[in-house]
Amino acid sequence: MKGLILLSVAIAIIPLFLVVANVVVEGLPAISSGFFTGIPPSPLAGYGGILNGIEGSLLMVGMGTLIAVPLGVGAGIYFSEWPESRLSFLSSFTNDVLAEFPTIVIGLFVYALVVAPTRTFSAVAGALALAIIELPIIARTTEESLKIVPITLREASMALGIPRWKTIFRVVISTGKSGLATGILLGIARATGETAPLIVTAGYLNYPPTGLFQQTGSIPYIIYNFGTAGYPNWITVAWGAALVLVAFMLILNLSVKFFIGRKSTGVRAEI
Amino acid sequence: MTASLKGSRRSGSNGDLILKTVVGAAAIGIVALLIGLGIELTSGSWLSIKTFGLGFITGSTWNSVTDTYNVFPAVIGTLTASALALLLGLPIGLGVAIFLSERAKGMRAGASALGSLVELLAAVPSVIYGFWGLAVLAPFMRDYIEPTLKTYLGFTQLFNATPIGTDLLTAGVILAIMIIPTISAVSRDILNAVPDSQREAMYSLGATDWEVVRKAVLPYARSGIFGATILGLGRAVGETMAVTFVIGNNINLPKSLLSPGATLTTLIVNQFGNTFDPLSEAALVEVGLVLFLLALVINILARVLVWRMTRSTRFRV
Repeated sequence: MKGLILLSVAIAIIPLFLVVANVVVEGLPAISSGFFTGIPPSPLAGYGGILNGIEGSLLMVGMGTLIAVPLGVGAGIYFSEWPESRLSFLSSFTNDVLAEFPTIVIGLFVYALVVAPTRTFSAVAGALALAIIELPIIARTTEESLKIVPITLREASMALGIPRWKTIFRVVISTGKSGLATGILLGIARATGETAPLIVTAGYLNYPPTGLFQQTGSIPYIIYNFGTAGYPNWITVAWGAALVLVAFMLILNLSVKFFIGRKSTGVRAEI
Repeated sequence: MTASLKGSRRSGSNGDLILKTVVGAAAIGIVALLIGLGIELTSGSWLSIKTFGLGFITGSTWNSVTDTYNVFPAVIGTLTASALALLLGLPIGLGVAIFLSERAKGMRAGASALGSLVELLAAVPSVIYGFWGLAVLAPFMRDYIEPTLKTYLGFTQLFNATPIGTDLLTAGVILAIMIIPTISAVSRDILNAVPDSQREAMYSLGATDWEVVRKAVLPYARSGIFGATILGLGRAVGETMAVTFVIGNNINLPKSLLSPGATLTTLIVNQFGNTFDPLSEAALVEVGLVLFLLALVINILARVLVWRMTRSTRFRV
């Protein structure tokens, strides 16, 4: 029986190594300094670059995060500081459901709301979809990181006559801020990898974005677009874009580990 | 007296009220967002709902020439691919969870390293799984797995087709890989929530490790693991990109597991570029509405099951 369990562990891990190995081996040939400054190539004309995707992703993930952070952190503060209220229960449950929602559905929602009436795919629509995807992640992580702030810290502050809102800002949030940063990084990581919602909201442009209300490319869209094409150089461009995306995810994940590591040592030092 | 007391506390309580209102508005915003999703998807698909009625789900034709848009084949595709994913992913995910919660108790470092590896699996974007699936997994399935299945199981309709690699079976395998981290992470939390007294009682009767897991831990955690399974099912039903690459995109009813097919999500992506015609646009939004309702039911059910299990442990701690 032990054998079966070890076997299932092995089967679960093998795809991760295969995927990473394939992405690195197939993607490396595409990578050069030009890959970060050029635009995708014509068929059979070298590897070009993915600047349009990098700028588009930065633009849309950036705007999406700017929209999602205040809402998500706000809702997270409410869940953690007023947990007994009926709204907290309802909203926190909704948040859990929203976090697991198919992202294509969120994309279609933004399509019906923004793209269909304006008749144009746009970076704004893409950013809006990404914001809705990030929101529940940021709200949940904020709640969790504020909830573990020891009650004694709150009581000490309140006992000094400091009002609750100041306590929340100066004591609770400043103690839990590495957790907040973790949530935002997780949100960014999730949004950067999303493809389906961008297909129905932002579309694709083979040039770097010049405005907010036009079609906008992104790194994941390049993988989809060029990875399903028939030209060998386009396939390599897709592997290269995949390598850039995986490297970015790895860096974000390591940063998250770094933040969590710091947080736990911080708490230990206080107790 | 009261007035002066209030006056002395005014700055504090005003601040409290303002903060509670502002962050409360954000909490209301989340609820409003879900309601808005439902309303907008319904109104966006109204034309299609009016035109096709229930035939939208039960009809098999998706044809822009005759302007008929029905999704029965995609419903079947979603059900088949998700069922395959659960069939393959559940035992493995559960095995990982048992390893992480029971077996690995003696070796914390190894378990946490493995835990983060499985988490990394969940962090890889779905478009990369899809692309990898198309470039590496599909040819492997076509050349090795599917011919074998056809040789030995080809007498059943399920495996009686020419292996092509981009089909329902490969979609199920990719989905299984993607839902394993979900199932194992949630199940691990569930198994960790099983009280130790449950295990100790079995051990004191002279049971082996495996007997303890099978007879004391798993039965106790049954409903929570069912919740984790449903959560995995939700992931599989809603997954789009990974499946789009490998399912073969055939809008007709698939004849076997080795035939190309479509799911509700891949139908949206693949039919999307083809149209700005009002009826087909409304039909695509209605596919989104169907997915919305499915996701709502699946996730509420899963949350309730998982919550019931992990919540009871809070009293223990």
